[in-house]
Amino acid sequence: MTDATSQMITTADGKPLKAALAASLAVRRRRAFLLVAPLFLFILISFIVPIGQMLFQSFYNDTFSKNAPALVEWFSTHPEGSEIDESAYAALAADLALMKKNRSAGEAGTRINYDVSGTRSLFTSTARGADKFQPPFKEAILKVEKKWDDPNVWRAMRSASSPFTLDFYLAANDLTRDETGKIVPVAEGQAIYKKLMGRTLMLSLEITALCLLLGFPIAFLLSSLPMRKAMLLMILVLLPFWTSLLVRTTAWMVLLQSQGVVNDLLVWLGLIRDDHRIQMMYNETGTIVAMTHILLPFTILPLYSVMKTIPPSYVRAARSLGATSWTAFRRVYLPQTLPGIGAGGLLVFILAMGYYITPALVGGADGQMISNMIAMHMQKTLNWSLAAALAAELLAIVLIFFWIYDKLVGIDKMKLG
Amino acid sequence: MKKLLILTTALVATGYAASAQELNIVSWGGSYTVSQVEAYHKPFTAMTGVKINSIDADNPATPLKAQVEAGNVSIDLADIELSDAIRLCDEGLLEPIDPAMLPPAPDGTPATEDFVPGAIQDCAVANIVWGTVVAYDKTKFPGNEPSTLADFFDTTKYPGKRGLLKTAKRTMEMALVADGVAPDKVYEVLGTDEGVARAFKKLDSIKKDIVWWEAGAQPPQLLADGEVVMTTGYNGRFFAAEVGEGKPFGTIWDGEYMDYDLWAIPKGAPHLEDAKKFLAFSTDTQRLADQAKYIAYGPARKSSNALIGMYKDGKTEMAPYMPTNPENMKNPIWTDPTFWADHDAELAEKFNAWLAS
Amino acid sequence: MTTAATDEGFVVFDHVQKSYDGETLVVKDLNLSIGKGEFLTMLGPSGSGKTTCLMMLAGFETATHGEIRLGGTNINHLPPHKRGIGMVFQNYALFPHMTVAENLSFPLEVRGMGKSDREAKVKRALDMVQMGKFANRRPAQMSGGQQQRIALARALVFDPELVLMDEPLGALDKQLREHMQFEIKALHERLGITVVYVTHDQGEALTMSDRVAVFNDGRIQQLAPPDELYERPKNSFVAQFIGENNKLPGTVESLEEETCTVRLQTGELINATPVNIRHVGQETLVSIRPERIEFKPEMMPPGAHMIDAEVLEVIYMGDIFRTRMRVAGIDDFVMKSRNTLGQTKLRPGERLKIGWHPQDARALDPM
Repeated sequence: MTDATSQMITTADGKPLKAALAASLAVRRRRAFLLVAPLFLFILISFIVPIGQMLFQSFYNDTFSKNAPALVEWFSTHPEGSEIDESAYAALAADLALMKKNRSAGEAGTRINYDVSGTRSLFTSTARGADKFQPPFKEAILKVEKKWDDPNVWRAMRSASSPFTLDFYLAANDLTRDETGKIVPVAEGQAIYKKLMGRTLMLSLEITALCLLLGFPIAFLLSSLPMRKAMLLMILVLLPFWTSLLVRTTAWMVLLQSQGVVNDLLVWLGLIRDDHRIQMMYNETGTIVAMTHILLPFTILPLYSVMKTIPPSYVRAARSLGATSWTAFRRVYLPQTLPGIGAGGLLVFILAMGYYITPALVGGADGQMISNMIAMHMQKTLNWSLAAALAAELLAIVLIFFWIYDKLVGIDKMKLG
Repeated sequence: MKKLLILTTALVATGYAASAQELNIVSWGGSYTVSQVEAYHKPFTAMTGVKINSIDADNPATPLKAQVEAGNVSIDLADIELSDAIRLCDEGLLEPIDPAMLPPAPDGTPATEDFVPGAIQDCAVANIVWGTVVAYDKTKFPGNEPSTLADFFDTTKYPGKRGLLKTAKRTMEMALVADGVAPDKVYEVLGTDEGVARAFKKLDSIKKDIVWWEAGAQPPQLLADGEVVMTTGYNGRFFAAEVGEGKPFGTIWDGEYMDYDLWAIPKGAPHLEDAKKFLAFSTDTQRLADQAKYIAYGPARKSSNALIGMYKDGKTEMAPYMPTNPENMKNPIWTDPTFWADHDAELAEKFNAWLAS
Repeated sequence: MTTAATDEGFVVFDHVQKSYDGETLVVKDLNLSIGKGEFLTMLGPSGSGKTTCLMMLAGFETATHGEIRLGGTNINHLPPHKRGIGMVFQNYALFPHMTVAENLSFPLEVRGMGKSDREAKVKRALDMVQMGKFANRRPAQMSGGQQQRIALARALVFDPELVLMDEPLGALDKQLREHMQFEIKALHERLGITVVYVTHDQGEALTMSDRVAVFNDGRIQQLAPPDELYERPKNSFVAQFIGENNKLPGTVESLEEETCTVRLQTGELINATPVNIRHVGQETLVSIRPERIEFKPEMMPPGAHMIDAEVLEVIYMGDIFRTRMRVAGIDDFVMKSRNTLGQTKLRPGERLKIGWHPQDARALDPM
């Protein structure tokens, strides 16, 4: 239909065929859209918008800049390296007075405190008498709080004077700025996020590998059994799936703790001494065991549904063509289960990356994951921007793995069940 | 943009609407909320006819902050921690409280003198004082029961696993006090790098024996399961296990960490007048004493101590279990919310880095 | 065309029995010898044991009793991959994650053949089934017929002496099926391989095979070349299963070497050829092929037996007329007559005499 003018095909009543087709399809399209609209709206409101805002908050924080207009102005006219002179202190005095009036010293101070610990009270205490400052302001302010002299505080205020900032991403990577604004690693005793991110990644990969290793034979057995027996076994697989996560985690605690069932059994069998019980809980082992168990169905189900569709004739064909049973498995059966392995593995990996309750309960000190940090910043320190930056990094890692998966296996081949 | 996020959070966190002749009160849930409902809510409703919706939250400060920032407030009153009370007050998210509205003690002592020090804040009034204490399994130390915080860190004399709260706050202060720092100097020391190192060193000495807990329900459970022989925990929870369930627990009243829970009214509360009325009512001498019948947290008024009677079982004298009992308040660590507002993030990071090392 | 040339066939089933549950036998005492280069078809309804036999031969099932020999060696305990038997499956079983060339290369690879040899062999095999252009396609990108050719090429590419085919054409439409039958037959003749072919389609069995083994109830009912099977079925099952047959029940009146007389239920006496009749007075089914029945006196074979018939229905089928009539009390007696020029048109209700050569009426066991 390249030459539309000479080759125009029309319907019986003379309308152009394409227009008639479009009109008849439009109704169907509208109906389809209306059908998905509620879900789309729901996802938009409950998922996309909050995640977008979370990402936005990781690099946008105006709690200082909106409360300190004079300082924002001063920083914009005085480039980095300018002397902190009387005019700077005058701006500070004006802003502190404004903060007192608006009761916003705590809010502004909190933002600077993220960067330079111990400065929140600097703001709140100085702001208390801010309406009484007289020039020269530098002297007046330093008389109340000597810490205003600290170049680090000024560097932090300059950095926070723009609501758009990468400070939280720096913090999320155990980085900070020194007095001159250069990016440097944080003090050794404070570096935690990269280490935890690495551990989260390792733990997730270990758990994923373990789930696949344990789930594969079970899924294979399920797929090769007659339907009735398979369903019975399937219920056993799904039973823990239907139980509350907390119940399952607690069950593992009962089993694994040092006075728990497993240790009791080992002591009773005489395999270990009563005072040498094995620590299987409140450490990495506990996290791996409990999470592998909890996430196992997520590998078994996609694997099973893929294996179910592979007729036995493929392996038979391979065997008849001269392949040993191992070769037939490796070269013919295994590649065909890849969509299931990929889907199950990716699912478990993504879930494991974000897991939070189980490591919190059975993880102890060295079974912690990055999501426990995110939760801490959301709930305890209330540094939402840092929590957002950490969450954004987690999201990025998951997306990277998604991308690798797409490159290696192809997302269209994913089969979730 | 931030408004929007807060709005959605607020919508998800608390999906209820405000209407006339009722109060929406957010608290921590569990037996603690039950004690408030029995001691405050029911008598208040009986007296005024105002219906009270009791809402549970993991930390009531979180929905409060979200709602006020979104400008869509449905909470009238929230039970919050001291550090949050000060922080939210500084940020202008709370209604200021005039101490004059609080009723005097029965003997005429004005409220400002009747409350324990620090209980009346600019924007919040304490109702209870609670302690983070060390409890131990009596059966594990027959004839040689530990009695000081230093004993907690002495695994040679008192062998066995220890339960400790997995946060910098409370744990680090207790480590310093056990190491010999005077409770009133603890924040001065903790404010220095040397002090932080000292706290970690003390913790290092028992690190391999520590079982970390996070939720308040865990310590009595760990103790009962025999997972630990000694653990820090909230005194009300240990009381419930010891008196309520008859567990052989003992409590060390040395270097206990004192905290308040306070009532605060958010800016823009839909029923401001009723909320104030409730606040004054629930913090009077009798009401605070009444609450002690249901939970072992100390009343924030001195005058209430005399009125504390029996536990609801009718045979247990509550006074020995009260953190505010003078017998128990010999060496307490009083929390410093200003210090924690300044150092929470930094020490949390250092603490987690120490944990992971 | 060759049949079993040596005393001991290339493939031998020797008293083979198979049971899955230990209670019933799926294969009951199977004895079968297949000659080198023979095209043998196992024909039978589903559940007759034919596929089990094929699977035992391929090595996917083990015989419960008896011995299976290939080229004189007992292969009971030889794993499938060491048997060197090519196999074609009903669903083709082409590996979906491999291209056509990789599929064909697979059996050569596992035999450790070098790359250049492999490529040459794959190309030759593809050309053999006229699929040279498709080397780089994936199975999913091809039609069923194309896939079946590839499956065939794959089963042949490593030069097996024996190829098993398990209902290979079952999933194809009629026209394609007929075409493929022809091609498979041609390949068999060209390559001189031995083929064991399983099907439930009797037409397929008749057109392709040197010999057909008709299976029922775990036993071979008859093993014979197609023409013999069709014309001289040994029992009622074979007679019924292969082609269409009219059955007249009756009782044997007299029995001689070459002929017998049967009293039908309506009292008529007819002559028939005794097949598995043992004594006089025995119940029997006389079977007569519809196309061997004549109604025009001038066409009647000499010695033909005449009997009364009433036309019930005439169906026009293009090349033939299919006339259903009532004969000796039986309502579904069918006569097929060629649609020749000037063929007499019969009408329903018409009464006439029909007849057949006594040799075409075979007195079989009653079913």
